[in-house]
Amino acid sequence: MIIYGTALLAVCYLLGVYLGGLLGQILGVDANIGGVAIAMVLLIVGKEMLAKKGLLPKSTQFGVLYWAGMYIPIVVAMAAGQNVVAALSGGLVAAIVSIIALTATVIVVRWLNNMADDYDTFTWDEETPTLDQLS
Amino acid sequence: MDLIMQTLTKNSFVTALAVTGLVMLFSQMLSKYLTKGKLQSSAIAITLGLIAAYFAGLYTTGSKGVSDIEIFSGFALLGGAMLRDLAISSTAFEVDVKEIKSAGKIGMIALLLGCVIPFVVGAAVAWTLGYRDAVSMTTIGAGAMTYIVGPITGTAIGASSEVIALSIAIGLIKAVFFMISTPLLAKFMRLKSPRSAMIFGGLVGTTSGVAAGLAGTDVRLVPYGALVATFYTGLGALLGPSVFFLTVNAFF
Repeated sequence: MIIYGTALLAVCYLLGVYLGGLLGQILGVDANIGGVAIAMVLLIVGKEMLAKKGLLPKSTQFGVLYWAGMYIPIVVAMAAGQNVVAALSGGLVAAIVSIIALTATVIVVRWLNNMADDYDTFTWDEETPTLDQLS
Repeated sequence: MDLIMQTLTKNSFVTALAVTGLVMLFSQMLSKYLTKGKLQSSAIAITLGLIAAYFAGLYTTGSKGVSDIEIFSGFALLGGAMLRDLAISSTAFEVDVKEIKSAGKIGMIALLLGCVIPFVVGAAVAWTLGYRDAVSMTTIGAGAMTYIVGPITGTAIGASSEVIALSIAIGLIKAVFFMISTPLLAKFMRLKSPRSAMIFGGLVGTTSGVAAGLAGTDVRLVPYGALVATFYTGLGALLGPSVFFLTVNAFF
């Protein structure tokens, strides 16, 4: 059933966000530390375990993949809900700080990626990832 | 007409789904006929969303983009942190675990550099622009990390509300910048493989910027970037008011 997949995702998500919040609390920070990442790891582990036992039929997978396919529309909706006016109202100081900090970040991304060095050699696996087909 | 508006408003979440679908369709056509497929439709749709959010913000003077307009209030749920994070989590389903393991170390380095670099640059620029007290420098530097780390840090160390507002604006510029420009700068940043996406996620960090930037570049990269980026805000909020503030305070 589709809901099994969605429920698996939901349980992993809730557990991950809870543990991320707990980690923040332990470290005394008013923020969630890596909750979504923990959720992702739990989902990967859960998937492997169920797949090994043969408990992951197509319909169950679809319950998770539906949300993966909804990712881009959700991000578009997120963009439409941003406080763009506030971003552009920071004046000259905000603009100058941003331009310099962003330039530095972009350059370091390029530099580290050059060190990691798989731009020319990397190709995606033959078995076309579902994520690409869904969205 | 009244009944139409009523229907749309009462079912605002469903309205948001329908409108988003139309925007995607429109973007796909723009991508195909205007840019001959060079610019991905998702990148166009995200930009359109930001433009709509800008005009909605001017019109309503609210802080939540189009969701402050009644019939579009469903966008607050559809584009809110809950469904966004759920969707991000779900992308892990198709992830290649080998790639993550092999890039774990460099991803951590990227994460740490991603916090330090914008902070140092932000605080230094703040100093040259006349914000010479440790509290303001730290808060502005924290804002250059994300628009969440800025106010968390500022509040913790007692910055003025003017400086906190400034740090939020700087963080928002960063998010908007990466939403729009990641697809355009992808080649320059050597962004193509899962490993490069993890490095990107760690260095950029701001969740919305990474989420939308990678979606507009290549959706297969999303889980890898997000996996690292979701540690960023927490790490920033941890370092900002403590290590970073104490360091700045020792010098200024």
